[in-house]
Amino acid sequence: MELRTLTISSLRKRIASGELKAVDVCRAALDRIERLFDLNAFITVTAEAAIARAQQIDRAIQQGNDPGPLAGTIIAIKDNMVMRGVRTTAGSRILSNYKPPYTASAVQRLEAAGAVIIGKTNLDEFAMGSSTENSAFGPVKNPWDKTRVPGGSSGGSAVAVAAGMAMAALGSDTGGSIRQPASLTGVVGLKPTYGCVSRYGLIAFGSSLDQIGPFANSVEDIARILSVIAGHDPNDSTSSNIEAEDYVSAIAGDVRGLRVGVPHEYYGEGLDAGVREKIEAAIKKLEELGARIVDISLPHTEYAVPVYYLIATAEASSNLARYDGVRYGFRAEEAATVKAMYSRTREQGFGTEVKRRIMLGTYALSAGYYDQYYGKAQRVRSLIESDFRNAFARCDVIATPTSPTPAFKLGEKTHNPLEMYLSDIYTITANLAGVPGLVLPCGLSSSGLPIGIQLIGKHFDESTLLRAGHNLEQALGADFTPPAM
Amino acid sequence: MAIDRADVEKIAELARLDLTAEETDLFTQQLGSILEHVQKLNELDTTNVRPMSHCSPAGGDAEYAKRDDQVRPSLGQKIAVETAPESEAGFFKVPKVVER
Repeated sequence: MELRTLTISSLRKRIASGELKAVDVCRAALDRIERLFDLNAFITVTAEAAIARAQQIDRAIQQGNDPGPLAGTIIAIKDNMVMRGVRTTAGSRILSNYKPPYTASAVQRLEAAGAVIIGKTNLDEFAMGSSTENSAFGPVKNPWDKTRVPGGSSGGSAVAVAAGMAMAALGSDTGGSIRQPASLTGVVGLKPTYGCVSRYGLIAFGSSLDQIGPFANSVEDIARILSVIAGHDPNDSTSSNIEAEDYVSAIAGDVRGLRVGVPHEYYGEGLDAGVREKIEAAIKKLEELGARIVDISLPHTEYAVPVYYLIATAEASSNLARYDGVRYGFRAEEAATVKAMYSRTREQGFGTEVKRRIMLGTYALSAGYYDQYYGKAQRVRSLIESDFRNAFARCDVIATPTSPTPAFKLGEKTHNPLEMYLSDIYTITANLAGVPGLVLPCGLSSSGLPIGIQLIGKHFDESTLLRAGHNLEQALGADFTPPAM
Repeated sequence: MAIDRADVEKIAELARLDLTAEETDLFTQQLGSILEHVQKLNELDTTNVRPMSHCSPAGGDAEYAKRDDQVRPSLGQKIAVETAPESEAGFFKVPKVVER
């Protein structure tokens, strides 16, 4: 059974008619996970619970009950979303044995809709990274070329879908952590508008930027999952009380007259020529479908990386203060005082990138530097948000590259943090402005690696974004299954 | 923006990180080059720009979701201490707090 070509709607029909059993789909996924163990996509596989859940779905169907809109859909969860009683590590040594007492709202909604949770996926520690090399559980490998990274930080979730180990996955995106790995592995990924999906139970990194979103094989499946996880949650005061839409019916309709903005700042120095060619061809395709291409400007784009790395690290340094060896997680042995216990626990529990970001964030917030760094970054963030408001007066969606290059080699950027940070240049602006971003594969590089186009939408206008993406995907009509699969 | 070892040691103390000597050296160099990169922000005059601390719902016009201030059930003490490295009689247990 090939999970890459099994859509949520066809699965639902086939298990409802009795042609297929949810438990057989689940077993196929577990077999694939076992066979592709070397990709290191999962930290924890919840095989027993998944089989039990799939059997429950099959029984519900036999008894004539409605098994839910995601009945039997095999979904993997990034290991920074808590699940009651299931080890949740955030890719960190400091939480390596943590079993949370509650479940994240987004996961709870998936389960209530009939999804089968297959396991917890590998990630950069606390979602800090662009390659999934910063995990305490080892790096994830790209199924298109095992010597290359899958992107990050949701690399495990992206690979789980790309390699057919799950039909869909949840990731989190603080600066591109869903969109960049989607691009580098050839799957569809969505970072919804900030506040669209509840963050309750998502282990916090940068709270004003973090957003949960789905990975899947098609825009339609993304719409089906978003319809389930979107909407207000009283447990997250930043989750919007704007009514969630039926995103599945929203993707119907064409793109005639749709205004697609192309910001020249995203096509300058540093963009790989092969990537540019595929992105421009995809934009041309949208034009052939009847969309109107509009030249736009997002003038403060070049300031986004410094703004992001001050704000995200400042928020992280504050959020990660909770890991002190008192209430949960790892505690260092043999500390005589509580202060020594804190410092040793954190020194031994965190990896290098996490420490580097805590240090940078602490510095940006420290007395004497607050206005100069954090305050300044917040002001420039306003300018970046205004850029988008101005641009969206002239267009409905914005089309850009996702990553300056296709997947890079494992180890290529690990020694130069600044170079790694610069690989997020096209994705972090959407987090800073709070707008949604959809990535879908649009071609292969000359060396056969997937390239994803990013479509950015207006706040809470996922419907237009998904409709544009669905039309483009159908027009491209290409198969992005990794060759070795 | 130059940053020296003493700065890094001070920040590590504030962040409660007991860094090794190698890490202190590494971060002195790396934080220095990152801070140099962020100086770019000073090209912009932001005198009359409001600081943006969060994304407002619906892009600034709508109200935040609010709920009634009512007591709701929570995890409770027993479950809350279950995940602790060390606990006793429903409390989190830590080494000595007061230093002489």
